[in-house]
Amino acid sequence: MKMPKELSNQEIQFKNSNSQYKEGFHMPDSSTNKFKMGLNEDVVRNISKLKNEPKWMLDFRLKSYGIFMSMKMPDWGADLSGIDFGKIHYYVKPSDKQEVSWNDVPDDVKTTFDRLGVPQAEREFLSGVKAQYDSEVVYGSLIKEMSEKGVIFLGTDEALKKYPEYFEEYFGKIITPADNKFAALNSAVWSGGSFIYIPKGVSITKPLQAYFRINAANMGQFERTLIIADEGSFGHYVEGCSAPVYTSASLHSAVVEIAVKKGARFRYTTIQNWYSNVYNLVTKRAYAYKDATMEWIDGNIGSKVTMKYPSVYLMEEGARGEVLSLAFAGEGQHQDTGAKMVHLAPNTSSNIISKSISKKSGRASYRGLVKVSKKATNVKSNIVCDALLLDPESRTDTYPFMKIDNKHVKIGHEASVSRLGAEQLFYLMSRGLSEEVASALIVNGFIEPIIKELPMEYALELNRLIELEMEGSVG
Amino acid sequence: MLEIKDLKVKRDNKEILKGVDLVIKQGEIHALMGPNGSGKSTLAATLMGHPDIEVSKDSEILIDGKNLSEMTPDQRAMAGLFLAFQYPIEIPGVPFLEFLRVSYNSIMKDRIGESFRPLSPYKFKQLASEKMKILKMDESFLERNLNEGFSGGEKKKAEILQMSILEPKYAILDETDSGLDVSALKIVAKGAKKLSEEFNIGILVITHYKRILEYLKPSYVHLLINGVIQKSGGYDLAESLDQEGYEDA
Repeated sequence: MKMPKELSNQEIQFKNSNSQYKEGFHMPDSSTNKFKMGLNEDVVRNISKLKNEPKWMLDFRLKSYGIFMSMKMPDWGADLSGIDFGKIHYYVKPSDKQEVSWNDVPDDVKTTFDRLGVPQAEREFLSGVKAQYDSEVVYGSLIKEMSEKGVIFLGTDEALKKYPEYFEEYFGKIITPADNKFAALNSAVWSGGSFIYIPKGVSITKPLQAYFRINAANMGQFERTLIIADEGSFGHYVEGCSAPVYTSASLHSAVVEIAVKKGARFRYTTIQNWYSNVYNLVTKRAYAYKDATMEWIDGNIGSKVTMKYPSVYLMEEGARGEVLSLAFAGEGQHQDTGAKMVHLAPNTSSNIISKSISKKSGRASYRGLVKVSKKATNVKSNIVCDALLLDPESRTDTYPFMKIDNKHVKIGHEASVSRLGAEQLFYLMSRGLSEEVASALIVNGFIEPIIKELPMEYALELNRLIELEMEGSVG
Repeated sequence: MLEIKDLKVKRDNKEILKGVDLVIKQGEIHALMGPNGSGKSTLAATLMGHPDIEVSKDSEILIDGKNLSEMTPDQRAMAGLFLAFQYPIEIPGVPFLEFLRVSYNSIMKDRIGESFRPLSPYKFKQLASEKMKILKMDESFLERNLNEGFSGGEKKKAEILQMSILEPKYAILDETDSGLDVSALKIVAKGAKKLSEEFNIGILVITHYKRILEYLKPSYVHLLINGVIQKSGGYDLAESLDQEGYEDA
């Protein structure tokens, strides 16, 4: 196995670039309930017991654990041989109870947010802030207006206690534990995440927002998110991930389930910047019902390996699905990302736009599936994949899969691979821009179609991250 | 003074320029004419520092006594050189206005020094709008991406607009007339002439046709054939080349 060598290289690389990596820091670990490393049935039982869960959830966890143990590691995508399930903490709890107001949030957590540049003023802009620190939601607020509209925005653990009826109906139904090995793992040990319910006809104009962080060394994070957009509603959820530094491989394996009911529209935006030792293996799926629209905007910067294919199941007539995905694969990173669109009803449409950038030995793969069932006539689907290679060592590949069982479909697929153009650089440099600034400008221009869909502060943050990534990448 | 001394260059291992000498003073307008493949555009790219061009060690390019040989294109821009490209390249997703502001701020900071205060997007837009009036350009231009979807004529106008904002000491106009219709050509050429007079810019205009020269009125005309300047003269040389072609020169 070549893992240990690669890891130590990354540690060296990290130390060298520490001063430039603004998001890279590590707070003292204040967690109180940290389990021993490794996974067995007792760990699963203990997690459920600590959370005072109903018996059906314990049963669900145990069943999922069995499925996890029986499933093989996926061997069709990125190299996962570096994951050692025995060396992961499956549960970490920072404090005994949830924080209720900002003033009660522990200082080191606040410091974390400060260092990440999460502005206080942002809370005024945002409708509600949910922040996950270690495995628990430690801070949650929802402004009055939201609760008056009947919107529920809670940590998943708390929501399970207060609104079990939604969980019995949807939880583990959109993504079953048997869907894949990591969905099974999440189902067994999940902790934290967000629950959102938007009532019929309610529109939330400002995005709901959550920050996820990993802080404890060797800790996996297994958050579980469930969102229900009821008939005719509209909402936008934004999650930003930025992992502090730690010293050995870590695993992030989340599950996100969304039901978008008749005539509703929901958008889920993710900007992830895991540190380069994280395995980021996430299952995201939405069911879109009659005339409903689901949009995934998924930006992946960082991590060692990402495997993520947000999907939309177009369940009923008139449903629409969209995935805009952006991946940046830096040195030693593999971004295996894409989308799945499953057309199960007539007159449904889907749109996939994937943009990737690879640098040095980085590899970006697009992996996508468009499936059209027999009864789904008059389906439209459009796929655009653009890859940008920054240097000769970088790599990109595409794996588009189509399963079309109906003749009356319109499917478009365009793919392009371009290299950071010497002529473009020459042009910009002739106007007094340094090679680094010129390269960053070209890269930011390339991803602009996705950036423009983001809330402004995320767009700025992402542009900054790209500039950071471009530092030292030329010459 | 822009001094080109015994300039010999290769591209893809092929000898293109075989010893070019040229001196351009600030405020002077020079025209460079010659058949296709004579090396005109290579000369322009060489002056700007294109990375694919191999320059002989014996050659020298000096701006006001400063040797450009080891300079990257951005350093040459700082030294006061500007190239209006024959084929300005499209850069998708990069807003024209923002690009030009970054360019302006970095060049001016280098020229003026630490006392230079970078222009805000608002102030810069005012500056750009004023310059655009001279070139009769629509303001909606500024909202577009750099050369993306520009017509041939729009690209050429945008190049001269950049020149008017960056105020170089020496500018090379590489076939700026191609792709422009008669009225646009007149506006662009007159605009360049005015800039030359106003900011004392030395211009080297590369062209096949006399028409742009009628507005620019170069005092010096050079004929480049097969990588060598065969003939130099005044404006009348342009007229005779236009009538008789390059072969008989």
